[in-house]
Amino acid sequence: MKYIDEFQDPELARRLLDDIHATVTRPWALMEVCGGQTHSIIRHGIDQLLPEEVELIHGPGCPVCVTPLEVIDKALEIASRPEVIFCSFGDMLRVPGTGRDLFQVRGEGGDVRVVYSPLDALRIAQQNPDRDVVFFGIGFETTAPPNAMTVHQARRLGIPNFSMLVSHVRVPPAIEAIMASPSCRVQGFLAAGHVCSVMGVGEYPDLAERFRVPIVVTGFEPLDILEGVRRTVRQLERGEHTVDNAYARAVRPEGNPAAKAMLEDVFEITDRAWRGIGVIPDSGWRLSAKYRDYDAERRFSVDGIQTREPAECRSGEVLQGLLKPHECEAFGTLCTPRTPLGATMVSSEGACAAYYLYRRLDLTTPAGREVSPVV
Amino acid sequence: MCLAVPGRVLDIEERDGTRMATVDFGGVVKEVCLEYLPDLQVGEYAIVHVGFALQRLDEESAKRTLELFAELGLLQEEFGDPWEPAAEADGTTPFAGEDFIPEVRK
Repeated sequence: MKYIDEFQDPELARRLLDDIHATVTRPWALMEVCGGQTHSIIRHGIDQLLPEEVELIHGPGCPVCVTPLEVIDKALEIASRPEVIFCSFGDMLRVPGTGRDLFQVRGEGGDVRVVYSPLDALRIAQQNPDRDVVFFGIGFETTAPPNAMTVHQARRLGIPNFSMLVSHVRVPPAIEAIMASPSCRVQGFLAAGHVCSVMGVGEYPDLAERFRVPIVVTGFEPLDILEGVRRTVRQLERGEHTVDNAYARAVRPEGNPAAKAMLEDVFEITDRAWRGIGVIPDSGWRLSAKYRDYDAERRFSVDGIQTREPAECRSGEVLQGLLKPHECEAFGTLCTPRTPLGATMVSSEGACAAYYLYRRLDLTTPAGREVSPVV
Repeated sequence: MCLAVPGRVLDIEERDGTRMATVDFGGVVKEVCLEYLPDLQVGEYAIVHVGFALQRLDEESAKRTLELFAELGLLQEEFGDPWEPAAEADGTTPFAGEDFIPEVRK
């Protein structure tokens, strides 16, 4: 067990691993939904410590990665306008749109600013009343409530020069789409812990029952992931399929009721396209009618922009667990963090980036090409 | 971006009708909105994501997570200057006089 000494509590890690090894009698495929979990798994070599019967499949849980190309293109178009201050989280800077990214727009003279919190963007709007301040509102259920609160505050404080380009996504419909696919191999889910910190676990029992699949709410620290795998494998070996919370220190069954109420007020559920995957019904949020004035797509008339995604990027298959990053022909050659074809290679939570950054130095792609990491 | 980091509340004040706190993330101090955890008190720990406290956390778990994040360089990733790595990946130099200044105080 070559990586185990690096664990925070190597003794506990060893006990969890021993238990998993002792429990497994046949092959199981589990999907970790959260991109943070993927990075933790690859960074700590957890996939190599597990019994060979347990396969971890990387899921679509990187919000940057699943943001559709046409939304990026809308962002680039808005950010290029001279009257606009475009605010974004830092990990969107290098995500490729058609031909360029936000970093390049900035280089060409666009006023692109990185903020830590959406409230920072609101403050910039207050300080620059003669400019239009647009915040790029992407993310899952963890990020949507802060963004919802910011729109709510803009309305409450009467800040007219603030708007949001909204492309929020919801995890449960993605799980449903993955399970409903004929090519699905997933038999158990490690659900994303911080999404559940907000939403609770109420959306999962129906999915677990309908698809007869165990769903174990899991954190993203190495020991959390081992515990999540242990509980999922136990259920599978026993033929059970329940929702189990292995991250109770941060997840209450009801989630955060205040955040859920704000989500319901500011947003409404809509169909949403996922980059590389396509439209998943009811899988996103957009601003509700009450807050439509804060919709940057309308304000800047970019709602007509449509973009076709390049065929050579296979990130959609990676995001659905159908392809491992290094199995892609372009991995490490055409596609690197410096020359990314898709967001999975450039996002700090992307599966391709995780393989490129942390994966073993001797990684060889199926075509026999040596890949050197950028570190 | 999806990373949520535990932090300890240093002080609380009302601003523009909103409950805000100063929160310490293992040395990095930032402003955090408490509207989703309105009864959080000074000295308590919470999981914070993009400037919002989302769920309470016990002190021991919070400290362990913070230590791990610091070890893995994740705090730098979350709170550091994102222009530099973007410029490095782009093969150019970062913009001079950047506006993203992390609020750091030890």
